[in-house]
Amino acid sequence: MNTTLDHFSQHTLSRFQHELDKYPSDQKQSAVIACLSILQQEHGCVSPAHEKALAQVLEMPVMAVHEVFTFYNMFNQQPVGQFKINVCTNLPCQLRGGQKALEHLCQKLGVGVGETTADGKFTLQPGECMGACADAPVLLVNDRNMCSFMSHDKLDQLIDGLQQAEAKP
Amino acid sequence: MNVQQLLAQFQSQGLESCFHGRHIQPQIYADLNGRNWGLQDYLARGGYQALRTILGLNGEAAWTQDQVIACVKESGLRGRGGAGFPTGLKWSFMPRQFNGQKYLVCNSDEGEPGTCKDRDILEYNPHIVIEGMAIAAYAMGITVGYNYIHGEIFQTYERFEVALQEARAAGYLGQRIHGSDFSFELYAAHGFGAYICGEETALLESLEGKKGQPRFKPPFPASFGVYGKPTTINNTETFAAVPWIIRNGGAAYLACGKPNNGGTKIFSVSGDVALPGNYEIPMGTPFSKLLELAGGVQGGKLKAVIPGGSSAPVLPASIMMDITMDYDAIAKAGSMLGSGAVIVLNDTRCMVKSLQRLSAFYMHESCGQCTPCREGTGWLSRMVDRIEQGHGKPSDMDLLDSVAENIMGRTICALGDAAAMPVRGMLKHFRAEFEHHIKHKTCMVTAAVTAGEHHG
Repeated sequence: MNTTLDHFSQHTLSRFQHELDKYPSDQKQSAVIACLSILQQEHGCVSPAHEKALAQVLEMPVMAVHEVFTFYNMFNQQPVGQFKINVCTNLPCQLRGGQKALEHLCQKLGVGVGETTADGKFTLQPGECMGACADAPVLLVNDRNMCSFMSHDKLDQLIDGLQQAEAKP
Repeated sequence: MNVQQLLAQFQSQGLESCFHGRHIQPQIYADLNGRNWGLQDYLARGGYQALRTILGLNGEAAWTQDQVIACVKESGLRGRGGAGFPTGLKWSFMPRQFNGQKYLVCNSDEGEPGTCKDRDILEYNPHIVIEGMAIAAYAMGITVGYNYIHGEIFQTYERFEVALQEARAAGYLGQRIHGSDFSFELYAAHGFGAYICGEETALLESLEGKKGQPRFKPPFPASFGVYGKPTTINNTETFAAVPWIIRNGGAAYLACGKPNNGGTKIFSVSGDVALPGNYEIPMGTPFSKLLELAGGVQGGKLKAVIPGGSSAPVLPASIMMDITMDYDAIAKAGSMLGSGAVIVLNDTRCMVKSLQRLSAFYMHESCGQCTPCREGTGWLSRMVDRIEQGHGKPSDMDLLDSVAENIMGRTICALGDAAAMPVRGMLKHFRAEFEHHIKHKTCMVTAAVTAGEHHG
């Protein structure tokens, strides 16, 4: 009967509530970006069923949820690997090896820009300015973790480390 | 080692960008080390004393709202987000007597390429922003505020949430702050990857849970802001400047800089320098001094500087080495101080290639609402792209200028201008490089560098 409870765990709902508490009770829609990002963190991607259920929680049209989901760059419009890596290639980063870092990762992972490795572990994407220009090259792992000063050595350490970290239970 | 432990090893510690000890008379970044961001350390640095003073908690009479606004006006503080609008004047626009909810918003959606100052403020001194916002809220009779933080710096957003909890627990936020009549609640919100949300009305839309598409102005946020209510919105660094101004007086702040350009300013220096990072220095400091602090040019000689974030027109080295870093001097030289992002390019850099990357960015980030911007940014990007790749036509030079000119001033928000200004700046100062690309289908700079290598 209740779509919302079918879709979201108590833990997820309590995280939603933390966001909802910030806004007036008749402005639940304000929490939509935060709630979508929570769903993306927990599930890797946001399904149409999630969008529908979230629209109920936030008392807004499903299409308005979808509009937000497709407007903001960090929401995954396609399924991604276990680790999504976004490398900033904007001009300040490009001047300090951002583009080369992206190319190095392409080579190391054996994928093109925007692709996912065959084992489903890594998705490699370019990124726009992350507001960390002095730390270039910079990248984001799964939206929430920034890695700074990513020399080729450090990129190798990161990828090797993620491979091993994942291998252990 | 689990994934989080692994990723923590690659997290910036701020040593290079903030704790390098090469600021000049810093106010916002003073005495920070990366570990002392919490409430107790902030209090030990004199934190929340400015708020206590205006609330009358330090033994003397409370300040009136007019007194606070007059002090900020006297300081000459101008908006640090990019536009440079006088802060005290903006605060005076707020209809203080409005009978209903009013909002205060902090714009921490720092995504102007080259800029990373607000991240270090929020990460290493979050309470200075909370205190600055509380003072602003008091001055304008506001009881609820939001700090909208760039989605890409999620760890900084999480830290700011912890700082908010500390401030609430210590009674610096909430109902009847420290027994006074003043109540203020502050919350953190985050974006999720949209450059346009740094534009103030797009940010308000985003805060309401919508696509970040800018609104027409007027009405300005002071009369129609979040949820249609009167709203004042300032940049993070602007709020962070306020506690010092209250503690030391407006005149002292103005004296730190130069007339009409009060105080210190944080410049984010990136690109071809030995020591990229944030540098807090008095307004009016010569560019040459800032460059020296950043360790000088790396990989060649100074060729050009984009002095105020990627939207600011580029200036050649000869002009930059003669000017001081303040709103008026940079504007007089034909560019703008903007967000204080200083992108340094050495003489091995091709300006066509540099513009190619920036134009692609603006095309990607145009929200699509206004035709001149939506179509124009793509047109500019495709043209610069083909010039860079050696497929440019001689007529492209005038066409670039014409498309840029026809975007400027014809859009709802400033993103259109921001896309056009770099193009026009590049054509003004580095026209020969574009013409060379079109005529010879190769890069002038690469050719010169290669020739130099052969001879050397």
